[in-house]
Amino acid sequence: MLTQSLDQFAVEYENAARARGAEPPWLTTARRHALERFQSLGFPTTRDEEWRFTSVSPIAECSFARPLDGRTSFGRSDLAPFRWPLAGAHEIVFVNGRYAAGLSDVGTLPPKVRIESLASALVSAPDKVEPYLTRLADGERHAFTALNAALFEDGAFIWIPAHTVLDAPIHVLFVSSPAERARDARATMTHPRVVVVIGEDSQASIVESYAGPDGGSYLTNTVTEVVLGQSAVLDHYKLQREGVRSYHMAAMHARAARSANLRAHAISLGGSLVRNEVTVVLDGEGVECTLNGLYLADDRRLVDNHTTIDHAKPHCGSREIYKGILADAARAVFNGKIIVRPDAQKTDARQTNKALLLSEDALINTKPQLEIFANDVKCTHGAAVGQMDDEAIFYLRSRGLSESEARHFLLRAFAGDVLNRMPLEPLRTAVEEVLVRQLPSYAERA
Amino acid sequence: MMLTVRNLHVRAGDREILRGIDLSIETGEVHAIMGPNGSGKSTLARVLAGHPEYHVTSGEVLYDGQDLLAMDPETRAREGVFMAFQYPIEIPGVNNAYFLKAALNAMRKHRGEEELDAIEFMARVRDRMKQLDIDEELLNRPVNEGFSGGEKKRNEIFQMAVLEPRLGILDETDSGLDIDALKTVAHGVNAMRNPARSFLLVTHYQRMLNYVVPDVVHVLTEGRIVKSGGKELALELEDKGYGWLEAGVSAGR
Repeated sequence: MLTQSLDQFAVEYENAARARGAEPPWLTTARRHALERFQSLGFPTTRDEEWRFTSVSPIAECSFARPLDGRTSFGRSDLAPFRWPLAGAHEIVFVNGRYAAGLSDVGTLPPKVRIESLASALVSAPDKVEPYLTRLADGERHAFTALNAALFEDGAFIWIPAHTVLDAPIHVLFVSSPAERARDARATMTHPRVVVVIGEDSQASIVESYAGPDGGSYLTNTVTEVVLGQSAVLDHYKLQREGVRSYHMAAMHARAARSANLRAHAISLGGSLVRNEVTVVLDGEGVECTLNGLYLADDRRLVDNHTTIDHAKPHCGSREIYKGILADAARAVFNGKIIVRPDAQKTDARQTNKALLLSEDALINTKPQLEIFANDVKCTHGAAVGQMDDEAIFYLRSRGLSESEARHFLLRAFAGDVLNRMPLEPLRTAVEEVLVRQLPSYAERA
Repeated sequence: MMLTVRNLHVRAGDREILRGIDLSIETGEVHAIMGPNGSGKSTLARVLAGHPEYHVTSGEVLYDGQDLLAMDPETRAREGVFMAFQYPIEIPGVNNAYFLKAALNAMRKHRGEEELDAIEFMARVRDRMKQLDIDEELLNRPVNEGFSGGEKKRNEIFQMAVLEPRLGILDETDSGLDIDALKTVAHGVNAMRNPARSFLLVTHYQRMLNYVVPDVVHVLTEGRIVKSGGKELALELEDKGYGWLEAGVSAGR
C-alpha cells in the first residue's frame, strides 16, 4: 500500500519533467537526488520523534496528481475571496502552483529588484537562482522537503539588491483550485517553492499567503528559502487559510547574516492537517529574530508548529511567541527548539507558547526544546495551556456584556497579543477582520 | 423599595454561607453591611451580582420589584446593578476604554438609547476621571493589568461613575486603601448619591463610613444579619469589635 503510494510520486515526477521542458542541469540533478531521498525516506510516521504527535497517514494513503496541464479557467472573480487588501502591493499570484500572469500585478519596481515566477527566473537568470535554490532547505532527512524539490513546478523568486528599501509590501498568493482536476478521483497536489534574497542593508515586507476552497481535498506542500544579507530587515508574513479539508505542509528556512533583523509572522487558520515548520539560523553577530505565531483550529483539525531558532553566533536575540485557540476536538502540536551553539555567547532567547482550549476534547502537545552549548546566555521559555478564565468572563458580564461577547472579547485579546506585533497595519486589520468573523463561532463553542 | 432580600440561603459547594438574610433598601438609601471575615458579607455582594459559583437554596431577592435571581449577570448590570469587585480581575489584552465603552453601550442599548460614539464617550469619561483622580494613561492600558491595588479600586468606582447604576454594591472597596485613596473613593461615591440611587457598602471597618455616611448599618455574622441600626452602630462596632455580637448569637441559640 505504502510502496504503491510512493510510486505515484515517481510517475508524477516523470510527468512533470515532460511538461516542463529544459531546465538547468544542476537542478535536474538536485531533483533526481531529492526524489531518491523521498523514496528512501518514505512519509514520516509517528515513530519518528519529529512527527510523534502528527500522523500524516491521511496524506500517505491518498492518491495525488499534479494539477492538469493547460490553461486554467480560474479568473479574477474566483480570486477575490482569497485576496488580502494590500493596496499598492507588488502582487504575484499562483493558481495550483503555477504563475498566473493575468492575475498578477507586480507593478513598478526599483532598479534590479526582481519579483517573478521562479520557473521563469530559472530560464532568464539561472545563475541568480542557483546559489540559493535547495541550498537552505535540506531534504536529506525530510520527506516533504525532498518531495517539494523533486516536484515543484513554480513559485516566487524575490531578489532585492543591496541598499534597497522596498516601501510597498510584496504579496505572493498561492491559491488552490482543486475543482480543476475532474478527470479522475485523485486529489490535486502542488509543491510551491519560494526563494527570497534580501541584500545587504535592504528592507522589505513579504506576505506569503495560501488559500483554497473548503470543498475539496488537496495538498499544498510548500518550501520557502530566505537569505538575509548583512543588516537586512525583513518582515515575513505567512497567512494560511486553506480549505478545511486540505493538507498543508510548509517548511520555511531562513539564514540571517550579521545584524540582520527577521520578523516572521505565521497565521494559520485553515486546513485539516497542517504542519508549519520554521527554521532560522542566526548566522552572524547581532542578528535579531522574532517569530510570532497564531493558529486556530476547530472540528477535528490538527495544526502542528515546529520552530527551530539556531543561535550560531554571539550577541543574537530571539523572541518567539506562539498562541493557539482550539475548539471542538481540534489538536495542536507546538515544538519550539532553540539551539545555542558553543560560539554563541551572549545569546538572549525567549520563547512563549500559549494555548486556549475551548473544549474538553481539544488537545495540545507542547514541548520546548533547548539545546544550549554556550555558558554565558539568557534563555527562557514558558508554556501556558488553559481554558478561558471564568472570573474574567464574570467580570465582563457584570459590566453588561453578554456571555458570548465576553468570550469574544477574551479571544480577541488573546489573539491580539500576537496580531499587535505585526507592523503591517492594513494586513493586521484585515487579519483581525477575518478573526472577528471566525471567532464568534469559537466563542459559542467555549 | 430598591432592594428586598427575603430569607436568602446560599451555598458554595457543600458549604452553607448565607443562612437566611433579610434586608430592605429604600430607593436613595445607603446601607452598610459590616461583619468579621468569613461572615458571608462578600458572598452577599457576589450573589446579588450573579456570580455563578453560588447556589441559592431558598429565599428571594426583589430588585425594583423584579426577581433579581432570575436574571443573568449581564441583565442585572444592564438593569442598573453594579458591583465594585473586592479583587478586580486583570484582563490582559482588553483595552480599558474599549471595554468601558462596550459596557456603557450595552446598557444604553438595553434601555433603548443611542450608542455613544468615541467622542461623546470620552467627553463623559473625562469628567469622571478627574473626579476620581484617574490618569488618562490608565484608560489605554489593559483592564486592571499592572494596576496598583489602589488604582484597581479607583478604577472600579470610576467604572461605576461612568455606568451610573441605580444600585451600587461596593465589596470591601475600602480594604487596603491608604487614607488619600479612601477619600477619593468616598468622594466619588458621595458625588453619586441621589434620591434615585441606592448603595450597599460591604466593609470590614467603619473607617470608610466616616466619609460615606450610611443611613442604615447591618451586622452580619455567620450568614445572618444579627443587628441593624443607624450610623452610630458602626462606631459601636469599632469600639467593641464583633465579639459581643457573636457571643450574643451563640447565647441566643
